[in-house]
Amino acid sequence: MSGPGEFYQRDRTWHPPAYSPDYKTSVARSPRLPLLSLENTLSEVTGPVFGHGDLGPLDNDLIRNFAKDGDPIGERIIVHGRVVDENGRGVPGTLVEVWQANAGGRYRHKKDTYLAPVDPNFGGCGRCLTDGEGYYHFRTVKPGAYPWRNWVNNWRPAHIHVSVFGSGFAQRLITQMYFEGDPLIAKCPIVQTITDQAAIDALVAPLDMNAAVPLDCLAYKFDIVLRGRRSTLFENRLEGN
Amino acid sequence: MVQPLNYLKETPSQTAGPYVHIGLAPGAAGFDIFHNQLGAVVAGPDVPGERIRIEGLVLDSTGAPVKDVLLETWQADAAGIHPHPDDPRHAECAPGFRGWGRVISDFETGLWTLDTIKPGKVPGRNGRVMAPHISVWIVSRGINVGLQTRIYFADEEEANAADPVLGMIEQVHRRETLLARPSGDGAYRFDILLQGDRETVFFDI
Ligand SMILES: [Fe+3]
Repeated sequence: MSGPGEFYQRDRTWHPPAYSPDYKTSVARSPRLPLLSLENTLSEVTGPVFGHGDLGPLDNDLIRNFAKDGDPIGERIIVHGRVVDENGRGVPGTLVEVWQANAGGRYRHKKDTYLAPVDPNFGGCGRCLTDGEGYYHFRTVKPGAYPWRNWVNNWRPAHIHVSVFGSGFAQRLITQMYFEGDPLIAKCPIVQTITDQAAIDALVAPLDMNAAVPLDCLAYKFDIVLRGRRSTLFENRLEGN
Repeated sequence: MVQPLNYLKETPSQTAGPYVHIGLAPGAAGFDIFHNQLGAVVAGPDVPGERIRIEGLVLDSTGAPVKDVLLETWQADAAGIHPHPDDPRHAECAPGFRGWGRVISDFETGLWTLDTIKPGKVPGRNGRVMAPHISVWIVSRGINVGLQTRIYFADEEEANAADPVLGMIEQVHRRETLLARPSGDGAYRFDILLQGDRETVFFDI
């Protein structure tokens, strides 16, 4: 049987290690035994399929999707880019979900007790499907930096959390997008769980003046790369052999 | 010199953080924003199959429940078919079967609950058949790359004994970490141990 191609092996040295003691919470939550390497089966090469019926018209507009009596406070920005695979091919129709703090660095979450105020007009989450070529875009306000308990004076750089599906469950990915020029990136123990500077750079979105809307909002471009797939036979022993 | 290979590198993972619920399960974070919450229904009411509930805890190395965890699950229907175009039989998949679930733990107790149907056996590699199983992806604060594992069912002894993935686990007693155990009334218990002597088997898929 010739079936769907397997995904390329994930480069575990490029991703952060599970155990990264400078990020304290990882110490008790990281497996110590080696992961068991599994060749892809149907359970890994397939994954949930989403359609436009799953989403609402304002889901990708964080400036409007929770607004009560006006726009949220903050620097208006567009975040846009392309979801591609390691072969550089666009990933169409995949779900991209984002969440973030407001311009003051406060999340709308019952567990966030930071003293910056909640913005009555800002929810802080959005989602969209990539188009036929893999493009996506959101409109939002730039999130603020916020302090967190790790060392006593740790601050998260401004960031947007990003979740992406791809076409198979093995491509499932959550990451964080950072903003060009933020001096807190180099000081953040969560960013620095990634040991390769080139991998960190891949999470920093450049300012994109071409996509900025004059007299309205700035723009940042964030491309996302998911695992690529082989186009060869699924199995190395054909049925009956 | 040789030609450059020119593959792109996968975007590196970062922790989902403590507020993952805002983005992926906002209702649970305490506010109402989207017209529907994705991942709430794995199998619609008309989907044939045995209705089951799986519940459990995700435990850290000290035995404390992880109270800010989010789990996603992916499975075949009762006939072993995935609702995805790459499954050769997908056109026969039960209508209303989504196959994908998203659950979060209770903020106070850490308990998570998944309502679904029991999956069927699924074709594996090289003509082998895989025992009924549910793929699981686990993210939370402190987890840098989402963890992948599988839920198998303790009451599928014969199928489990022939399962090629369970069979790859060298330390035979560790296979038990992937077994959900019947706890009565169609419910199963499945605890996930992130670390320690009884650490759950996690996969690099
Ligand atoms: Fe955050």
